[in-house]
Amino acid sequence: MAVTERLDGPQDPPVDDTGGPTSGPADTPRTRRRLGPSPTIAIVFLLPAALLLGIWVVYPIGYSIVRSMYDSTNQVFVGLENYGTIFSDAGTLKTIRNNLIWVIVAPIVVTTIGLIFAVLTERIKWATAFKLIVFMPMAVSLMAAGVIFRLVYDEDPDKGVANAIMTVVHDTFSSSQGYPEARAREGDQSPVAAQEDGSVVTKQPVESGQTVLIPIVGVKPEVMPADAQPAVAATGGDGLSGTVWFDFTPGGGGVNGQPDPTEKGLPGMTVEAVSDGEVAATATTAADGSFRFDGLPSGSYEVRLPQENFTAAYNGLTWLGPTLITPAIIGAFVWVWAGFAMVLIAAGLAAIPRDALEAARIDGATEWQVFRRITVPLLSPVLLVVFVTMIINTLKVFDLVFIIAPPSVQPEANVIALEMWRVAFGGGNNQGLGSALAVFLLILVLPFMIMNIRRFKRGES
Amino acid sequence: MRKGRATAILAGLALAVTACGGNAPTTSQPTESAPAASESGGAKTLEGVTLEVAAKWTGEEQKNFEQVLKAFSDKTGAKVTYASTGEDTGAYLGPRIQGGSPPDVAILPQPGLVQQYAEQKALKPLTEDVTKEIDANYTEYWKELGSADGQVYGVLIKAAHKSLVWYQSKAFEDAGVQPPTTWDELVTASQTIADSGTAPFSFCGASGWTLTDLFENVYLSSAGPEKYDQLSKHEIPWTDPSVATALEKIAQIAGKKEFVAGGTSGALQTDFPTCVTKVYGEKEAAMVIEADFVAVTAEESGAKVGEEAKYFPFPKVGDTAPVVLGGDVAVAMKDSPGAMALLQFLASKEGGEVWAKLPGYLSPNRNVSPDNYPNEMTKQLGQTIVTAGESVRYDMSDLAPSAFGGTDGKGEWKVLQDFLRDPSDVKGAQEALEAEAKKAWK
Repeated sequence: MAVTERLDGPQDPPVDDTGGPTSGPADTPRTRRRLGPSPTIAIVFLLPAALLLGIWVVYPIGYSIVRSMYDSTNQVFVGLENYGTIFSDAGTLKTIRNNLIWVIVAPIVVTTIGLIFAVLTERIKWATAFKLIVFMPMAVSLMAAGVIFRLVYDEDPDKGVANAIMTVVHDTFSSSQGYPEARAREGDQSPVAAQEDGSVVTKQPVESGQTVLIPIVGVKPEVMPADAQPAVAATGGDGLSGTVWFDFTPGGGGVNGQPDPTEKGLPGMTVEAVSDGEVAATATTAADGSFRFDGLPSGSYEVRLPQENFTAAYNGLTWLGPTLITPAIIGAFVWVWAGFAMVLIAAGLAAIPRDALEAARIDGATEWQVFRRITVPLLSPVLLVVFVTMIINTLKVFDLVFIIAPPSVQPEANVIALEMWRVAFGGGNNQGLGSALAVFLLILVLPFMIMNIRRFKRGES
Repeated sequence: MRKGRATAILAGLALAVTACGGNAPTTSQPTESAPAASESGGAKTLEGVTLEVAAKWTGEEQKNFEQVLKAFSDKTGAKVTYASTGEDTGAYLGPRIQGGSPPDVAILPQPGLVQQYAEQKALKPLTEDVTKEIDANYTEYWKELGSADGQVYGVLIKAAHKSLVWYQSKAFEDAGVQPPTTWDELVTASQTIADSGTAPFSFCGASGWTLTDLFENVYLSSAGPEKYDQLSKHEIPWTDPSVATALEKIAQIAGKKEFVAGGTSGALQTDFPTCVTKVYGEKEAAMVIEADFVAVTAEESGAKVGEEAKYFPFPKVGDTAPVVLGGDVAVAMKDSPGAMALLQFLASKEGGEVWAKLPGYLSPNRNVSPDNYPNEMTKQLGQTIVTAGESVRYDMSDLAPSAFGGTDGKGEWKVLQDFLRDPSDVKGAQEALEAEAKKAWK
């Protein structure tokens, strides 16, 4: 969008053109017999635009440059110190790094997806309807898009679509069961201990004929089976027996490590008897939490509750955590801009001479070859415009990051434009440093602006 | 001739532009003329004076404050308009100060802003009348809070009690625990609650200020008020052993996976007030450590304050239980008699009592009797402030430059969030805090 505005800028040349020739030949015939209007008239016509540009564009840029040389109070001249801060502060360097990721990844992804959509929609029947749908996000403000994606990426699968899909896919292949997040009672008196792999193992080896007590705590009320019976300490007998139970008396009281009357067994737990690292026997607990290994050869065993009993329910990815935050926000950006890229590229595609494509096909080129060797080269001017537009858009990305990234991970997702606002107004109140960041951002955008304007001029001539 | 016309047009355009420029601050135009009007109107009455007051309050809080303003209008005849600054007072006031059209009176959510704006020469010193009123009603500590370089600029007009732990009474009953009075009891109770199958704490990790509140309570109680004052002013470094002690204490409750509802990454994405909803709405956790204003969200989640939603005073970590207050400071940004009169009214016993009768208000004014508060809970809270007397402290992060203590993703907020992510790294957190503090204080 910005580019189209800028592209309008150079349309002033008409005035320039008329001014140019007149001032040239004007030297020879002098006065009266000039072809165009006089320079004064030209100035009069130029003035409104020049004035507005001056007030709204040139003056703010100039003032920002001046302001960037002063400290936060605007009283002390500090020279280039603010610019030094940009490149020495770890947080600001991270914003530059993030912007770099944005500039490299986002335009490529947007242009590629736009190209794919454009080429594919050429071939389908409902092209217009499809294009309309893909273009729709453009009608949503970035702010609203941010709010939408903040919800999409919500960690709770009940709220966030992204994780809802991931958990559904995951759970069709392996569903979680057992007692997520429950754990062995800790402490010296406890007969069991948690292992690093998440399993629970008896501290002392047990002989067959003995009974084992395995106290478990932290069982969430919602995973407690309805058919669980009060736990009963196993009475012994042949083989190895024991009880796995929820060692917590509701309302407090009870003896830790002992199955008290109101404490319930944990049915459905897998229990393993392990001898020398080998699983000798497996059992499952009954409704009162008791288990028994029958026909176990006598000897010394470790009783183990494998980790599968405690697998936490799969809840998808932490999209808004420090690692995934930037890719997640780029995803939202692509959603918004892919339609725009597609429409531009589709327009370019329509302008490609059909005969070139058909000639290639007649010569026996495969569709892929036609695409690679004919379509893309012919499209390259349009692709470049889309690409450069996207670069400028990514450099000034602000709203999506501001809204999607939760405050605690915002330093990880931070970009220059957001940092500029934060430093200047959003709490930092250092408009000197903020101006320096603004000028820095301007310098970054400038080459792409110039490139676009040049291309436009060349296209005109 | 042509040239002449061009300049004429130029001049015309320039005029139009300056007219535009002049139009923007029209809202302040009437206030500009206010002082003159008041001078002619006589000293006692402010008939015909218009004042603009900017504060962050919205909704119910705004309505209550407007009632106080109305009481002032009735008394003096001045016309007061209220402007809401939104959550970020600094972002609202900054451009208005730069533009030369600040409101007459601004209510700043942090005393740190008083120092900052005083430095920018955006504040007007209080007149003797107002200072007298402050001396009569506030302790020395509060007066200092509103001062910069020995000059008094602001009055603390509204307090928030930040030394509370809110809990869900059913979770405590199920686990069979009593509200703890010491930190060690709190840790033991948390273990019992975790064993019962409920996460003891819901942290509001995405809202950095809640973590600073937690730190301040632990620090004030374990290190004492003197150290607290020194650390507030960055007179001792954050690498001080007393900070390590406080952080280690926090690690005792934040470091255990089963203590934190939603796990660490979940907690860091939970903002205030969602963390309160987790306790009283979804009942995922037993406790949330935050100020008196939790009551509003608790009620919204359907928990009745006093029955399902209860609180206990922040437990003693060291010798004394901490009382940390937050609050709002009123300052004058224009040197008008109207602004000063309003500040004097807000600082007075009379003004405080008008406000105290409305819900959701706590007064730092020692002469406002707790009997004025509309409900039992506020009365108790008000009483704790009065009894704690000289050892009450103001929220430390709000005393700091806002780049350190009041900006999302920066300074203390960021470091404490990182610390919540990895509570084992006490030393790293201290060094990061010190580095950020050095930058902010310079």
